[in-house]
Amino acid sequence: MSDPIMTINNLNFYYQGDVHAVKNMSLEIRRNQITALIGPSGCGKTTFLRCFNRMHDLYPGHRYEGEIRYEGGNLLERKDITELRSRIGMVFQKPTPFPMSIFDNVAYGLKLKGIKNRAELTDRVEQALKQAALWEESKDRLKQSANSLSGGQQQRLVIARALAAEPDILLFDEPTSALDPVSTSKIEELMVQLKQDITLLIVTHNMQQAARISDRTAFMYMGELIEIDDTETMFTNPKQKLTEEYITGRFG
Amino acid sequence: MTEIAKRKIVNTFALSLACAAAALGLFWLIFILADVLRHGIAFITPELFLNEAAPPGMEGGGLKHAFIGQLLITFFAVLIGIPLGILGGTYLAEYGRHHWLGRLISTLSDIMISVPSIVIGTFVYAIFVKPIGHFSGYAGALALAIIMIPVVLRTTEEMIALVPWEIREAAFALGAPYYKVILQVVYRGAATGIFTGILLAIARIAGETAPLLFTSFNNMFLTTNMNEPMPSLTVTIYQYAMGPYDDWHEMAWAASFVITLFILGLTILGRIIIRWKYKH
Repeated sequence: MSDPIMTINNLNFYYQGDVHAVKNMSLEIRRNQITALIGPSGCGKTTFLRCFNRMHDLYPGHRYEGEIRYEGGNLLERKDITELRSRIGMVFQKPTPFPMSIFDNVAYGLKLKGIKNRAELTDRVEQALKQAALWEESKDRLKQSANSLSGGQQQRLVIARALAAEPDILLFDEPTSALDPVSTSKIEELMVQLKQDITLLIVTHNMQQAARISDRTAFMYMGELIEIDDTETMFTNPKQKLTEEYITGRFG
Repeated sequence: MTEIAKRKIVNTFALSLACAAAALGLFWLIFILADVLRHGIAFITPELFLNEAAPPGMEGGGLKHAFIGQLLITFFAVLIGIPLGILGGTYLAEYGRHHWLGRLISTLSDIMISVPSIVIGTFVYAIFVKPIGHFSGYAGALALAIIMIPVVLRTTEEMIALVPWEIREAAFALGAPYYKVILQVVYRGAATGIFTGILLAIARIAGETAPLLFTSFNNMFLTTNMNEPMPSLTVTIYQYAMGPYDDWHEMAWAASFVITLFILGLTILGRIIIRWKYKH
């Protein structure tokens, strides 16, 4: 069993107008594992995920309580959000290529970190594209617009862009729900490979996906953590009745 | 009569009315365009562009002074109007989206777009020409800039709003501060749209006469001093068309031809760019 990279203690999150979206959650995220977050729509799993890179800071009226221990401090109290976000990357539901070339997309995070040396950029872009299994398809067209890629390729490009910054953790918010089955399985394969180097946290609506790729699964319901366990145990022998009802499709 | 037959009659009636209205509008448009082009093209000569005004009745007069004046006034109008319009539009789309001030400015600039341009001319006359004591090219440029600002501002706002919010979040998620997200990601996505808006705004001011009458006024001589009264094509057309001399009328036709072609060209270019953008 691997050691935790993050420990969440009594985390509460409120949206503007005191909407209590994440309620008193405590759990560990283990290093070099894939942790899946499942639960019905509106249960707060995406809200929970967006606490880790402080995405909520973009919007007024939000409030965090409790702590997310990471690198010896409370991540929620960190001031250097730019640094934090380069350590904890995020991949969204819809592919989000920037309106620029494939190369510039992957180099974007590196340039933000102040890397200007052309040779180093070229090197790290290649490395990231290889890591995201997109190098073979894109090496001859790095100068083309990222919009010329297919949806599945765009999603791998976005993963490469996040990987280029050499993060510790990658957050995935339903990364395959806008993709076809072939692209989906490519992304899933990729995620399983990536856990050798990084830690992955994935929100998914697709329970088969959680069962296929994750090491541990957390079930959330109405803002609360109902159960977290090894994925196999969760799907074969859940301890909570609610979890069992959800994974057998009786609600949600 | 069945319900469907009734609907068909109503449909035919409404459709014919709509077509007639469109035909009426198009008829005048084509009439005016054809008239300007037909009359104007006969008087297009190299002298028109190369020579300055000659006394009425003398051969070989041209409108070089008016062309250069028009270019200078437009250049300075663009210099003032475009940056302000883009910055304002950026504020509205990015920072003022949910703010009452943003919505107020948006509504006000919609009103500004429909304010008659002569009102803007008299406004600049009151705040700029009168205190200084004389007409000037700067005043003309200012008046045209004021006309441009709401056009550029609203186009910029709309084009920036078309860039999906998720793209911004993705840039934030890489650690980019807001100003870099706007400069490096949002502007890139909105660039062709904003550029088209600028072209259309220039086309919009190229044909303005009323605001220049009160500001840059006119000048029979070539000047590059923006602090002096400055000739422009439109005011020259106005003056020459009203004048008693035949060769003035001819030059007014020729100038109308050039300005119409310029605006037509800019507008078509704008459309082409928009179409190109949606294909890619």
